[in-house]
Amino acid sequence: MEKILGKVWKFGDNIDTDVIIPARYLNMTDPDELAAHVFEPQRGEKFNEVIDRGDVVVGGDNFGCGSSREHAPIALKASGISCVIAKTFARIFYRNSFNIGIPLIIQPQVAEEIKEGEILNIDLEEGKIKNESSGKEYSFPPLEEMMVKLIEGKGLIPYILNEGY
Amino acid sequence: MGHTITEKILAAHSDKDEVNPGEHIVADVDFMVANDITAPITINIIEDIENARIKNEQIALVPDHFTPNKDIKSAQNVKLLREFSKKHNVKYFFETGRCGVEHCMLPEKGLVVPGDLVIGADSHTCTYGAIGCFSSGVGSTDLAGALLTGKIWLRVPETIKLEYSGKLKNWVYGKDLILMTLKELGNVAAIYKALEFTGSTISGLSIYQRLTMSNMAVEAGAKNGIFPPDEITEEYVKDRAKRNYKMYQSDSDAEYSDIRKFDVSDLDPQVSLPHLPSNAENVKDIGKIEIDQVFIGSCTNGWYEDLEIAAKVLKGKKVAPETRLIIAPPTPDIYMKALRNGLLEIFGEAEAVIGPPTCGPCLGGHMGILAAGEKAVATTNRNFVGRMGHYDSEVYLSNPAVAAASAVAGRIVHPEEVL
Repeated sequence: MEKILGKVWKFGDNIDTDVIIPARYLNMTDPDELAAHVFEPQRGEKFNEVIDRGDVVVGGDNFGCGSSREHAPIALKASGISCVIAKTFARIFYRNSFNIGIPLIIQPQVAEEIKEGEILNIDLEEGKIKNESSGKEYSFPPLEEMMVKLIEGKGLIPYILNEGY
Repeated sequence: MGHTITEKILAAHSDKDEVNPGEHIVADVDFMVANDITAPITINIIEDIENARIKNEQIALVPDHFTPNKDIKSAQNVKLLREFSKKHNVKYFFETGRCGVEHCMLPEKGLVVPGDLVIGADSHTCTYGAIGCFSSGVGSTDLAGALLTGKIWLRVPETIKLEYSGKLKNWVYGKDLILMTLKELGNVAAIYKALEFTGSTISGLSIYQRLTMSNMAVEAGAKNGIFPPDEITEEYVKDRAKRNYKMYQSDSDAEYSDIRKFDVSDLDPQVSLPHLPSNAENVKDIGKIEIDQVFIGSCTNGWYEDLEIAAKVLKGKKVAPETRLIIAPPTPDIYMKALRNGLLEIFGEAEAVIGPPTCGPCLGGHMGILAAGEKAVATTNRNFVGRMGHYDSEVYLSNPAVAAASAVAGRIVHPEEVL
């Protein structure tokens, strides 16, 4: 699994998928078109233009709650977001993200302490997160086996086609 | 050790004799559903695979969200579903005019039956738990995987047992029970878990009120929300079921991660304040909140029984001068029954606008969008920021009686205030 290095965009609790991508844009499926509206209700239009490839989203409790729209992780991925860290994740969003190859990390202390703009260095295999801005290090339990397979296989469909159930 | 209904259904669909919470299994899927916003992504995935074959008799493609087509992009998406259905001989594609809101139409047509394992690319797929299915929402990629293989990997959820006792007061329904429950559970306690709705109050609840409750299980973060099937379930499914069904019950020694008991005999009609379904309060306690719009419909509370409740409140009355009332019967069958039995006339006389079967207003898609600063009461399931329109608009969730009464009063009221 690749190492992740990126700056943090910080969000609060209960970030629902309508916040990540409002329903009225669900008539689109093109990842770049969706990315142009990512987090629009909270961050305004074209927020994706200030996101650098590899950046990390940090949220609080219940991140990704609400609708099953895969447009949400698709918009995040197309915006350049490499990973989301939160205290807890809504389950459909959790599956959807791994299914398209975005790793999610449950780490409540990071979700609490990290500030917007700080730089995180993440090692998924070792289960380590280093805040490069403050020097503080955190750990998290290794990802479940299925999740590792999904990330290494770049998502569910390649996994099914190559390995089968 | 005994097992819960959810564990028994999952075991029966896996290659194991029994399954336990936390375990990962690969399960056979009985039926699937996707709509005009989630299916296009699934279809693109499948069409990218050479000579892909799909489980074409186990899927319903239901263009219900942005239909009747709201714009050119939506029309293209529905066209994609139509052409894919033709190419792959999809047994259940529903054309506009014969199409209703998916989570009302599938139980209505007997396409989902007790004991089923159902997944759908829509978070409110959990609705079918009301008839004793394991049913859960997934994304478009998970659905594509299941369409290709007939299987899905699942983590067996822990179950939270919810026990309700006491006779409900007038104007209190399944919607009020679930809004109160969401408040009690909070937003994270049920994440990844199963909810099992039990108790004497539940035994007396109609199938439609149960459907309203399981519909909102996902708002607690739950994977599924299930009701033990009983005579009421059997009565509902026996003449509709398109396949054989099996009624599972939890063992008396089944293990639950939590058991919550609620005496609901004093429960008043609830309203969930912006911007979370769990922000439930007694309608009587919220003060004066003037409203611009009311929407009655959706997979949560658009059932014929809900329209009857609304009609009881609206009969012989007019919607307040500065308020708009939109009522959208969610399926053609419900629409026609409401027409034949005079409900639509009552709504028209009250100066409501009657919409077609569509999810439209509930998710701010079309046919009832809110402007900045506007407030709406809706019988739907979500009141997130911007859910029904402008980011500065507000949505209040309620049962159909409170919604209808609020349309008459022009502010959020207990039905007794207008009757």
